[in-house]
Amino acid sequence: MSVYLVQFLSGLASASALFLAASGLSIIFGVTRVVNFAHGSFYMLGAFFGYTFVREVGGGGIGFWFALLLAALAVGLVGLVVELVILRRLYKAPELFQLIATFGVILIVQDVALWAWGAEDLLGPRAPGLTGIVRIFGTPMPVYDLALIAAGPLVLAALWLLFNRTRWGILVRAATEDREMVAALGVNQSLLFTGVFVLGSMLAGLGGAIQLPKGGADLLMDFGILAEMFVVVVVGGMGSILGAFLAAVLISLLNTFGILVWPDGTLVLMFILMAVILVVRPTGLLGRPETAGHKAEAGFETALRPAGPHYKLFIAAVLALLLVLPVLVGEFYLILVIDILVLALFATSLHFLMSTGGLVSFGHAAFYGGGAYAAALLVTYAATPFELALLLAPLGAGLLALVIGWFCVRLSGVYFAMLTLAFAQVAWSIVFQWSDVTNGDDGLLGIWPSAWASGTLVFYFLALVIAVGGIFLIRRVIFAPFGYGLRATRDSTLRAAAIGIDIKRQQLVAFVFAGAMAGLAGALFVFSKGSVFPDEMSIPRSFDALLMVLLGGVESLSGPFVGAAAFTYLHDELITFEYWRLLLGLTIVALVLLFPQGLAGAAKHYLGRYLKLEAEPTGAAVTKREVREA
Amino acid sequence: MGLRKLFSFAALAAGIAVSGVAVSGVAGAADTIRIGDINSYKRLPAHTIPYKQGAELAIEQINAAGGVLGKPLELVSRDDQGKPGEAVRYAEELFAKEGVVMISGSLFSHVGLALAAYADQKKRLYLAAEPLADAIVWEKGNRYTFRLRPSTYMQVAMLAEAAAESDAKRWATIAPNYAYGKDAVAAFKKILKARKPDVEFVGEQWPALFKIDAAAESQALEAAKPDGIFNVTFGSDLTKLVREGTLRELFEGRTVLGLLTGEPEYLDPLGAEAPKGWIVTGYPWYEIDTPEHDSFLSAYQAKFDDYPRIGSLVGYNAMLSIAAALERAGSTDTEALVDAFKGLNLDSPVGPITYRAIDHQSTMGAFVGVTDVRDGKGVMVDWSYRDGAAYLPSDEEVRKLRPAGGS
Repeated sequence: MSVYLVQFLSGLASASALFLAASGLSIIFGVTRVVNFAHGSFYMLGAFFGYTFVREVGGGGIGFWFALLLAALAVGLVGLVVELVILRRLYKAPELFQLIATFGVILIVQDVALWAWGAEDLLGPRAPGLTGIVRIFGTPMPVYDLALIAAGPLVLAALWLLFNRTRWGILVRAATEDREMVAALGVNQSLLFTGVFVLGSMLAGLGGAIQLPKGGADLLMDFGILAEMFVVVVVGGMGSILGAFLAAVLISLLNTFGILVWPDGTLVLMFILMAVILVVRPTGLLGRPETAGHKAEAGFETALRPAGPHYKLFIAAVLALLLVLPVLVGEFYLILVIDILVLALFATSLHFLMSTGGLVSFGHAAFYGGGAYAAALLVTYAATPFELALLLAPLGAGLLALVIGWFCVRLSGVYFAMLTLAFAQVAWSIVFQWSDVTNGDDGLLGIWPSAWASGTLVFYFLALVIAVGGIFLIRRVIFAPFGYGLRATRDSTLRAAAIGIDIKRQQLVAFVFAGAMAGLAGALFVFSKGSVFPDEMSIPRSFDALLMVLLGGVESLSGPFVGAAAFTYLHDELITFEYWRLLLGLTIVALVLLFPQGLAGAAKHYLGRYLKLEAEPTGAAVTKREVREA
Repeated sequence: MGLRKLFSFAALAAGIAVSGVAVSGVAGAADTIRIGDINSYKRLPAHTIPYKQGAELAIEQINAAGGVLGKPLELVSRDDQGKPGEAVRYAEELFAKEGVVMISGSLFSHVGLALAAYADQKKRLYLAAEPLADAIVWEKGNRYTFRLRPSTYMQVAMLAEAAAESDAKRWATIAPNYAYGKDAVAAFKKILKARKPDVEFVGEQWPALFKIDAAAESQALEAAKPDGIFNVTFGSDLTKLVREGTLRELFEGRTVLGLLTGEPEYLDPLGAEAPKGWIVTGYPWYEIDTPEHDSFLSAYQAKFDDYPRIGSLVGYNAMLSIAAALERAGSTDTEALVDAFKGLNLDSPVGPITYRAIDHQSTMGAFVGVTDVRDGKGVMVDWSYRDGAAYLPSDEEVRKLRPAGGS
């Protein structure tokens, strides 16, 4: 019995650090609507700062805790810089766009931390006076765990006081409820946002510092905690601090007891919990439905229009260039362009969901990897010929999208995004753990095209035809009645429903189509590399796609292509530098600041005045703004 | 919408043109023999940077002695970011653009497997220096892939021997939840059961890699009441497990085995809290007292002002192996190099190594010893070097494991 009691207490202890970090994320999101991917980096920085400060000042029992607070302050300062220099300029950009800026911050922090603290893992200092154990009915229990158990509720109470008993806190809560109204009442929003961001960063830093005596600081902590933090925030309800606390406790307990019953389930348990909770209670435990002014999707100002004469000319020129490319460049650049084509198709399929459907998916790699695995499994087990596997892969991915989409389209906004993330993670862990069939993370190897297509040149043309064909098909769908209907569901659910569109079905079909196209890209990928590993379905892969779409520009149809090309090319050029992540991160941040509409969006903005890039608006295609004004 | 594409493509095309010129300039310079090196320099820098330093030291020494086939060696490195797809792309790049004669490196097993499959398809030579997966030379073995470091199976076999000699009957295992962990535990059970049929396996824990909930895992192991614990966790997982396990008296009175735990990469971060009395595989560089190792150690310390890790030794041996193979082949032709690698003998700081013709695995061994704490640092004591050749399955078994075509 005492074993279970100690297990229970251990769960509570690990909930505390998780709660601290996640509550910061929740607060930031609640007020600023920024999905802060760099929050994991702040957590990691908290651990590193804490390590350094404890060594410098943290002699005695008081010094230790003082050092932890100092670490939190230092991370708060970093947060202040990030907010002032980067995010503040982006609040007016399409929502979710800040996400790539924070992605750039992750890369920068990774390299700076490597440079500052070195490659080796750092062993966290013990808390003076709390290094021993107590016995609970004979079972040993570290004293520090008891301190941690107390810390969680203490911080929760402090936050509660801050948000309910101070003027600043009340304003923050008001801003969480309705940003526009608070602004209209004359409250300085930027100051409020900065304050909230710093507070959130400090909480993440404190979370990272407070776990030092349980482990230490290492360079993989940032991504390690990120998914878990998001799960806590979403399960608790975005913006709800008490919800985050409950969710942190729930998830930690689930983990601690889960491993007693199902030791294999460590990868997936919390994602299953998140999926179940979101399906049953779409806004999380204590979350409230998003109000109209709070939609988390990218806000669209103008409707998409078919290509204009200049644009068509330009597309033709690009295609011609791609066709003669093998004569112009060497073999390696063909391989690079194959990679770009594959990623462009993948990104375009996600872009279709995001721009036309207004459905932001954080788990799109499930279908990319799903297509890759469908092809690889067919080749491995059914000796399917290459050509057939290429055809069947999108069907497999589409089927997967049908299953996942059926649950996901019930939700919208960030909750939709997080549910796709959860399902993608479940799909990933199935592939990862079902090693009898998928060979686990040793992957499926030797998946090469037929002899006729195995030369780089032939495969290049094949990839060109398939990827460009796929992209054109997606474009065609956007301007088909189905695409217009989908756009209607994005812009106004009420009006779309009123004219007889079955919104959920429309979205589900779009989801399946996008999944199938991602699967086609995945199949091309597997045949170009000859092997596939679970990485292709993992969260970072999904983020890559998101990054490409946002980098190119959500509002322009060629955005994903430009994004994929820029992303691949930048990556390839910078990789030879030792601190390439720092450079890539800085470049991403710079691009975001210079081109808040994305690369393609900026080109459209500047060149659209002089060139006919879009077809003339017909009577039907009025912009959303005009509709609003009318 | 539109001309934006032109701009990015103009930029892309310009970039291609510029790099194209640069390439043709490079390809003309055939006065060095170029070796491609692909590793996860940013994913696990604590392991891969020592690897690269070891490789650089070897290259420097080989070139100081006149190079190979009358030409100096040159290492061209790429960071695979821990992603197999990227690694394959850089392999293509290294062959197509940099004109390397072969590739080597990689730490993660899945990256190694992807490169091995690539080598097989494109008929290009790959020396898998660090990845441990058994499949690289067995199930997925092929003509163009060789492996240097003692594999998961070999290192587990060394520990299983120690386990069989101990009194422990009830064994529990804890391993990261991915292929390396699964392989290690499966091999451990198989070998130990064969050597000592009356052992029992009473518990298995599978924490997610680098996301261990050490308190809960320690409790779960404790609840199984084992006599012995076989640990495969490493890195930050190991740190947390040692902390929680020690506080919760998990290791008291038990035989604990730690795969790779004695390697400086994993033992050193633990400092004075390093576990005592664990039987581990590792690299006690501070105590190895042979002339070969002494000269390696002093050269390494002189060059980098740092002590070698196991990665340094592997990187050093990898370059020695490549140089030896080039000498033996007498050319840089891939087929000749493959034949030269088969049965290749060379001397390394830890003794002679042979690349077995039967499965392309080198016989580089590992050190097995007992952990202790000395001067506030974890060390290995009572250690001995185990030659890898003694811990491989019989030739007959190996032939069954390796695909027929992969000679």
